[in-house]
Amino acid sequence: MNDGTPLTGTPAADPDLLYSEDEEALRAAVRSLLADRGDPATVLAGLESEVAYDTGLWRALATEIGAAGLLVPEKLGGAGASAREAAVVLEEVGRSVAPVPYLTSAVIAVTALLGCDHAREDVAAPLAALAGGRTVGVLAVPLPTAPGGPAEPAVRAAADGALTGRVTSVADAAGAELLLVSAQGPDGPALYSVEASADGVRTDSVTPLDLTRPLGHLTFDGARGTLLASGDRARAAVERALLTGAGLLASEQLGVAEWCLTETVRYTAQRTQFGRPVGSFQALKHRMAALWLEVASARAAARNAADALATGSPDAPVAVAVAQAYCAPVAVRAAQECVQLHGGIGMTWEHPAHLFLKRAKSDELALGSPGRHREALAGLVGLDAP
Amino acid sequence: MTDAEDLRRRTVELLTAHPPAETGRLEFLRARFDAGLAWVHFPEGLGGLDAPRSLQAVVDAELEAAGAPGNDPGRIGIGLGMAAPTILRFGSDEQKQRLLRPLWTGEEVWCQLFSEPGAGSDLAALATRAVRDGEGDWIVDGQKVWTSSAHLARWAILIARTDPDLPKHRGISYFVCDMTDPGVEVRPLRQITGEAEFNEVFLTGVRIPDAQRLGEVGEGWKVAQTTLMNERVAIGGARIPREGGMIGVAAADWRARPGLRTHDLHQRLLTLWVEAEVARLTGERLRQQLTMGQPGPEGSGMKLAFARLAQEISGWEVEFLAEDGLTYDDWTMRRPDGVDFTGREAGYRYLRAKGNSIEGGTSEVLLNIVAERVLGLPPEPRTDKDVAWKDLPR
Repeated sequence: MNDGTPLTGTPAADPDLLYSEDEEALRAAVRSLLADRGDPATVLAGLESEVAYDTGLWRALATEIGAAGLLVPEKLGGAGASAREAAVVLEEVGRSVAPVPYLTSAVIAVTALLGCDHAREDVAAPLAALAGGRTVGVLAVPLPTAPGGPAEPAVRAAADGALTGRVTSVADAAGAELLLVSAQGPDGPALYSVEASADGVRTDSVTPLDLTRPLGHLTFDGARGTLLASGDRARAAVERALLTGAGLLASEQLGVAEWCLTETVRYTAQRTQFGRPVGSFQALKHRMAALWLEVASARAAARNAADALATGSPDAPVAVAVAQAYCAPVAVRAAQECVQLHGGIGMTWEHPAHLFLKRAKSDELALGSPGRHREALAGLVGLDAP
Repeated sequence: MTDAEDLRRRTVELLTAHPPAETGRLEFLRARFDAGLAWVHFPEGLGGLDAPRSLQAVVDAELEAAGAPGNDPGRIGIGLGMAAPTILRFGSDEQKQRLLRPLWTGEEVWCQLFSEPGAGSDLAALATRAVRDGEGDWIVDGQKVWTSSAHLARWAILIARTDPDLPKHRGISYFVCDMTDPGVEVRPLRQITGEAEFNEVFLTGVRIPDAQRLGEVGEGWKVAQTTLMNERVAIGGARIPREGGMIGVAAADWRARPGLRTHDLHQRLLTLWVEAEVARLTGERLRQQLTMGQPGPEGSGMKLAFARLAQEISGWEVEFLAEDGLTYDDWTMRRPDGVDFTGREAGYRYLRAKGNSIEGGTSEVLLNIVAERVLGLPPEPRTDKDVAWKDLPR
């Protein structure tokens, strides 16, 4: 993104930081679905099962509401919306910690495919399948991978397309049918697609910190891949996918933080100790008020990133780095405050607070830690390290 | 309804009738006021055209492009931001006609006689007394503090206790005080920075005619809420570019002085840069909400964010500058007309920024306001609620 010259960051002329009526309508639909079928209590009950994600809930979100195809143009089988709408879906997903592969399949995998030549049938067909919610796809990179990507792809591709290597900690790997693999080919970087069920592909589930976003290690042992893009095009497709994922993850983090603040305010206004609602004590009020300000600020940062991605602004890398560096710690702080201010109940398995803490902490590492994003920013805005 | 096109046409007419290059500054400002282009959302005849507030930007852009003189909001900020909206809402027709035009043009500077040595955050505890004499005038005695521009001011907005037998919020009335009246004494109050930007004001037997009262007797607290709300909107309401304000100064220092860089300072600068950018975006989002007529509660929090950032960035800067951070530009007592938060040097900024979390409502009080009014959390029990002011412990 940066060719070496320090850019003193020119923000987009007029980023639209509000929500449109259509976006609010989409939010209402997603929220009502998640309230019915993916509220935190239901999510909690469904954990520890052997199922990778809630398939019924995913189908409803992806196909009935059509959320899976938001980023895909209509002529390719999608809804022709933008990152702004996908961000609204992610706010709601964060608010309910719904165990659905929205970020991984509908955002990151879809964006990677959109970066390939979709005049080709072997790109257009899986794209339409992902957009329709018929297939779940993931980009095979470790979840902590920041935009800019891994220095060296972990997978090597032979001239005949045989893939060899191991990619660890891939989010939603176990539930994915389609794997998009960034590999070092005989002529440089390349992006392949592989069926998860193909010979030579093994998925080992690992126990994740965040039970609502399963992780798996992928091992490729001569698995036959289809070459989707190579060289700069492959690199750019992966970069755009990671940038979009990181930018929209900020909206999920906003949703997580919002739920935590709302629940904490609700609980502390009711819970009495020392003869008063604990929420009337200034020591607690100030913490919640400070958190509210951070959540309000996170909303501006997340909306700015979504708008920059939606409009293809050249400021997108700065907007994304700012949003990730800011929103990730806000979500973690909100979840930590939620546990602490709930007192003993906040430490129990029955109360959903821990689901939000685990999602927030795992999201903080996902797609680049805040420190990685600040480091990227240093280069983007010309604040060089010593 | 006045629309953008109409305002643009009126602005061009003003510029044609009074070309800025050939018109005196004051003459131009008066003409602008009379054309209703001063604050377009004010009523006709009072400097406005009853237009939507968001359309002011149309007028300002045209005038700026034409090189028209501005009305120096620095020294007249209190008049514009606090006195004017209160006079507009609670003043009589005579008061509005007499006071608003010279206020806007800057011919008459305003100050605010609210805070007292014993009543800062607990503003309603104020002790300055106003007692009615036989002729119906009010005689005011007391002491005010933190009064910006008092040494320049022609007028003041004043709150004083008119009934000590009522609970503290109910016995207050709101007045316009003539600062040239006998009994008004202004003394500079020297601050932490060495300069005297504020004053103490001593009021001794000051006679204020009843016609200079705003709102009903005993309703002064309600009137003051209008003033205070406008004050907090005014703080942090300006549109700033990326790297505007204090973070821009810190970033420029970083780029200019590679020899002083350390890894620790780099990490902290990047964190502050992100926070400053997010505060800028939050302010921008608030402005977009206001323009769309959907005001959000973010305004209540913006002052908190700006105060914390100003303090942290200026503290970082003093540390970064190392030996230069150990020196100070000038301790001479000066009386500035307004505050320049990014002017002077790092040590001054560091010291002046300490006031940001105190003036205009302390951060602690603002956090209470956010907690109770935005989040709906229960208030703390009050021991002063239904007690007559005169019976409160002091």
